[in-house]
Amino acid sequence: MVNQLFPLTVRGATTRHRGKTLVGPIDLDLDGQGTCVVLGPNGAGKTTLLRLLHGIARLNEGAITWACDQHAAQTSQAFVFQRPVMLRRSVLENLIYPLRIRGVSRSEARDRAERWAKRAGLGSMLDRPATFLSGGEQQKLALTRALIMDPQLVFLDEPSASLDGRATREIENILADTQKTGTRLILSTHDMGQARRLADQVIFMLGGRVHETGPAAPFFENPQTLEANAFLNGDIVE
Amino acid sequence: MTCPSLAVSVHAGQAISRAADQRVNLTLADRPRQQGRDRLGNPVECTGSALRNLPVFAGDKEEGRRLDDLWQGLMQAIWLVVTLDADLVEISLRSLQVTLSALAFACLVAMPLAALLTVRRFRLRRSVIAVMNALMGLPPVVVGLVVYVLLSRSGPLGALGLLFTPWAMIIAQMIVIIPLIASISHQSLRDLWFEYHDLLISMNVTRWQKITTLLWDARRALLTAALAGFGRGIGEVGAIMIVGGNIDHATRVLTSAIALETGKGDFALALALGFILIALAIAVNLVIHWLGRTEREGRW
Ligand SMILES: Nc1ncnc2c1ncn2[C@@H]1O[C@H](COP(=O)(O)OP(=O)(O)O)[C@@H](O)[C@H]1O
Ligand SMILES: [Mg+2]
Repeated sequence: MVNQLFPLTVRGATTRHRGKTLVGPIDLDLDGQGTCVVLGPNGAGKTTLLRLLHGIARLNEGAITWACDQHAAQTSQAFVFQRPVMLRRSVLENLIYPLRIRGVSRSEARDRAERWAKRAGLGSMLDRPATFLSGGEQQKLALTRALIMDPQLVFLDEPSASLDGRATREIENILADTQKTGTRLILSTHDMGQARRLADQVIFMLGGRVHETGPAAPFFENPQTLEANAFLNGDIVE
Repeated sequence: MTCPSLAVSVHAGQAISRAADQRVNLTLADRPRQQGRDRLGNPVECTGSALRNLPVFAGDKEEGRRLDDLWQGLMQAIWLVVTLDADLVEISLRSLQVTLSALAFACLVAMPLAALLTVRRFRLRRSVIAVMNALMGLPPVVVGLVVYVLLSRSGPLGALGLLFTPWAMIIAQMIVIIPLIASISHQSLRDLWFEYHDLLISMNVTRWQKITTLLWDARRALLTAALAGFGRGIGEVGAIMIVGGNIDHATRVLTSAIALETGKGDFALALALGFILIALAIAVNLVIHWLGRTEREGRW
């Protein structure tokens, strides 16, 4: 699959809320392959950056330019929220929903939903109300619901923030499979282990700005800034 | 406590009701007259409603005890139900027909309106919501008056000839319950929208899809809103009395019959109808809840 979205160019992008700058100005160029991990302490603006790129946070200033036109870009991305949003429907209906929204016929949507559910290990709970699932199952469902549309890019906001080790590994396995199909991932995390396992590229955020960015291996080996170094060492960074 | 002389109040009440019936050119005098008995056993001439031919149950020795009225009312209610009194069945069915129709139309208007107010941001949105909430307290009598003026022969909608028909009552009740249903629906839809907002925006859902998604996923809460509307409608008397005219065999419903019997001083019968009204309201609530529960999806 050729990814039409990249390269992504961000110039001077800024989000404000009631006059206070939450994030920005951000300058960023994303290209190449693989997964981009957004790192940074709490409140650094990781969530806001992802929302801004996805187009669900207001862009007050600057420009975010995808390689394809705006509409195509918007419809080929998906977002997995830190706290999974469950539709008050069954697991199966949660998976069918995005397909139906795009006009897929009910029977085909059902087939595809069942196939994806099985692949994600949700096959035994298709008829359960989604809100009754455990945290890990909910996150898996949210991820599967995002992937079922075959997006070219998936944003994940701290996908395993409140999950235990096993659930985290299941999520990461799904993500690894997804990467192989050519889907790009941009995910935020403050789990350093996860960052090392998944990252091809790193964006280190601090105080609403991109503090340091580059390929993952050199960043983890030899960060260029003091703050990134401190963050990697587990020190408290403000 | 003693109540005023029953015989006098019964006749006065009949005079009033007859006058009212003549006003709408539908005299009850045409109907066969029957001999009824009041609680003291005095023969009372009355218009031909089987509702007047009720047996008097034990407790008629002391006149005017309200507690006794309650007892009589309960027994008469049971009697009316057990014997499936034709008039009772008729006015009960009409009550249901009017209120359920008004409810259906009101839901069709109020729920999409509530959803639209939830997902659409426009300048006067807050004001519209505030007005909608305020209209929950709309006095039914005033609604009745306005609908009366609109539907009366010389009014703008007079040509439709709806005044003193069940349709007029349906329209009036609809107006009374729309703000209530819209307000309650809006509250639950707003909570759901708060939950769904980011996801639906992220999925590039159209406005229409947002509305249908919210309405479908909030259906249980909307059922509660509808039941509240039903409760207000079935017990409402001010508006339907004015636009319906309480015409026997045409627009008489449980509440207006209660008002009439109370006016005549037949508290026991009025109470009997009241008990039946309450039982009906509870029954409809149970049935609707039961219908809502038959889905397999569990609770939300
Ligand atoms: N809707 C909002 N209103 C006001 N402030 C916000 C809002 N969203 C985020 N912020 C603020 O923006 C900053 C960045 O938040 P966030 O992007 O959630 O950080 P992170 O995800 O890195 O923890 C924080 O200071 C947070 O308080
Ligand atoms: Mg965050």
